Amino acid sequence: MRWVFLGIALLTSIVVSILGTRGTVNGRRPLMLFPDMNAQPRYDPQGPSAFFADGRVMRTPPSGTVPFGGSDYECDAGSPRQNPDFLQADDAYYRGKQGASWVSKNPVKLDIELLRRGRERYDIHCAVCHGATGTGAGVMTKFGMVGVASITDDLHKLMSDGEYFNVITNGKGRMMPYAPQVSVRDRWAIVAYIRALMRSQSGRPSDIPEALRGELKR
Amino acid sequence: MPLVFTKTADIVLGRIVVGCVLSAGLIVSGLYYYGHPLYTRVGYAPIQPVRFSHEQHAGRLGMSCLYCHTGVEQSSTAKIPPTQTCMNCHQAIKATSVQLETVRASWTSGAAIPWERVHRTPDYVYFNHAVHVRRGIGCVSCHGKVNEMPVVVHDKPLSMGWCLDCHRHPEEYLRPPDEATNFHWQPPEARTQIEEGRILQAKSRIKATESCTGCHR
Ligand code: HEC
Ligand code: HEC
Ligand code: HEC
Ligand code: HEC
Ligand code: HEC
Ligand code: HEC
Repeated sequence: MRWVFLGIALLTSIVVSILGTRGTVNGRRPLMLFPDMNAQPRYDPQGPSAFFADGRVMRTPPSGTVPFGGSDYECDAGSPRQNPDFLQADDAYYRGKQGASWVSKNPVKLDIELLRRGRERYDIHCAVCHGATGTGAGVMTKFGMVGVASITDDLHKLMSDGEYFNVITNGKGRMMPYAPQVSVRDRWAIVAYIRALMRSQSGRPSDIPEALRGELKR
Repeated sequence: MPLVFTKTADIVLGRIVVGCVLSAGLIVSGLYYYGHPLYTRVGYAPIQPVRFSHEQHAGRLGMSCLYCHTGVEQSSTAKIPPTQTCMNCHQAIKATSVQLETVRASWTSGAAIPWERVHRTPDYVYFNHAVHVRRGIGCVSCHGKVNEMPVVVHDKPLSMGWCLDCHRHPEEYLRPPDEATNFHWQPPEARTQIEEGRILQAKSRIKATESCTGCHR
């Protein structure tokens, strides 16, 4: 009997020492016990492809593709609606331009929702370099990101809204384009928020509503 | 007539029974222990082509998850950032680092960085990030403390039972939707997580699906 117990104990300790315990960090690809329909022959976003030469599932339009002013699944059945994002015909909204000059006024309707959205997006995408108040003292400047511009100083107050939009869309100098990360509407929201930041830096106590002035701290 | 069973037969039979029961028990508990997603998946951390650290970028530098994972609020997939996102900073910061060799090679050649996938639900499961993040489930509930991970580790089992546990009791995890990417969020001091969750659940009328067609469509 002793041998039976000993054998079982030995076997168990061998198994445990080979397989380890739950939750240990390892590089083994998760085991699929029943791989029935886990990996279906379909393309997933950002997946690899053996068919296309560059090995990507996600395609970019061939160069020279012309946007088409059609409708898409946004339409209700029976009453197709044009999707303006296809043709991007509105120069003021999509490029911040009016003829040859920059638009001076934000083409999106200004309200508190837009400013809130702008603050949220600014804090995510811009504050790491330009700092939460736009003075160009974000955390990255301590790690070798040099020449970050202050975007709320007097010089920049002269820039028009369309020019700001263009810097976000196409980048400028050492700043890369942010068009892939920030949608068109969010870019205008950020522009509106930058204007609010500029205003706040020349703010006086009398700008604060009477009821909230008590919260002002020195 | 000679005896068929010797005197020791009882003892031998007893030992056989004990041995069988014992090994069957061990085999079953072994299969349960080692076949469970808590063993097969949790702890998976593949070797990535670049030693990218979330602990450094999202933790110490305080970058928001949304700077890189831009799809998480609008689409079903969170999206791994393209090389350009890295180059926003790394054309200037650590521009000659050996660890970033692969990133620079990808930037000049246009070939994708072959990131290894960590989390993966089977193809017959319909999962969507936007419905969760926009309704107030934080990244931390499903991915663990990513902001403290030098290498992303598979932290939760992602099994059907795990999904359903939360769908039955979402109040244990709910938080205000704009705090979804905040890893330091705590419920307000006066309330516990459950109370806060109940309030949020009632406010946004959250009813997570339990029907099969919700996740298998
Ligand atoms: C990776 C760091 C970084 C981030 C993030 C960043 N910028 Fe910049 N930005 C710079 C640098 C560096 C410059 C200076 C470019 C130059 O003049 O060479 C600059 C310049 C600018 C300028 C132009 C100033 C001028 O003098 O014309 C504007 C406007 C601006 N940034 C806005 C933004 C906005 C809006 C965002 C968020 C979407 C943003 N930046 C995000 C680094 C950054
Ligand atoms: C600087 C860009 C960046 C930021 C900021 C960032 N990530 Fe990531 N994330 C990546 C990259 C690149 C990968 C792919 C490489 C890897 O898995 O380590 C990744 C992978 C992941 C994965 C694993 C994906 C898989 O394959 O299953 C998770 C989960 C994740 N990130 C969550 C987060 C969370 C949560 C945050 C916010 C705290 C965050 N990330 C912030 C760039 C970033
Ligand atoms: C907002 C700016 C920013 C972005 C975007 C960014 N990083 Fe970084 N990264 C940094 C900073 C700052 C450091 C730390 C440098 C230091 O510690 O001196 C760093 C360090 C690193 C290091 C360590 C380098 C070394 O030699 O120690 C790696 C690897 C790295 N990043 C990879 C990536 C990858 C991959 C991406 C794209 C998914 C990315 N980073 C995006 C700012 C950024
Ligand atoms: C309800 C749970 C849940 C929440 C909340 C959640 N994730 Fe995920 N995440 C998953 C699952 C499940 C997968 C695997 C998806 C698949 O196989 O398609 C995944 C995959 C990922 C991936 C890699 C694959 C992809 O979709 O691109 C990244 C990156 C990621 N998550 C980041 C995040 C970030 C950042 C947040 C917070 C804003 C977040 N997740 C919140 C469950 C969640
Ligand atoms: C931490 C909590 C949590 C986890 C874990 C979780 N969910 Fe959810 N899920 C929710 C909540 C909350 C909702 C939103 C319900 C609502 O909008 O009313 C939701 C909604 C959904 C929906 C949309 C249902 C509909 O009404 O169309 C799907 C699909 C879904 N979840 C799938 C999954 C899958 C698959 C997993 C496991 C990989 C998972 N969820 C894990 C909390 C969770
Ligand atoms: C909250 C989302 C959700 C709901 C609701 C749900 N499932 Fe699932 N189901 C999953 C996930 C996630 C998996 C993958 C589990 C894994 O890979 O470990 C799965 C896997 C399965 C599998 C395959 C198991 C295997 O390993 O082969 C079956 C069968 C299944 N589900 C049936 C059902 C049925 C029947 C219902 C309705 C009673 C249901 N599911 C409802 C999320 C869900």
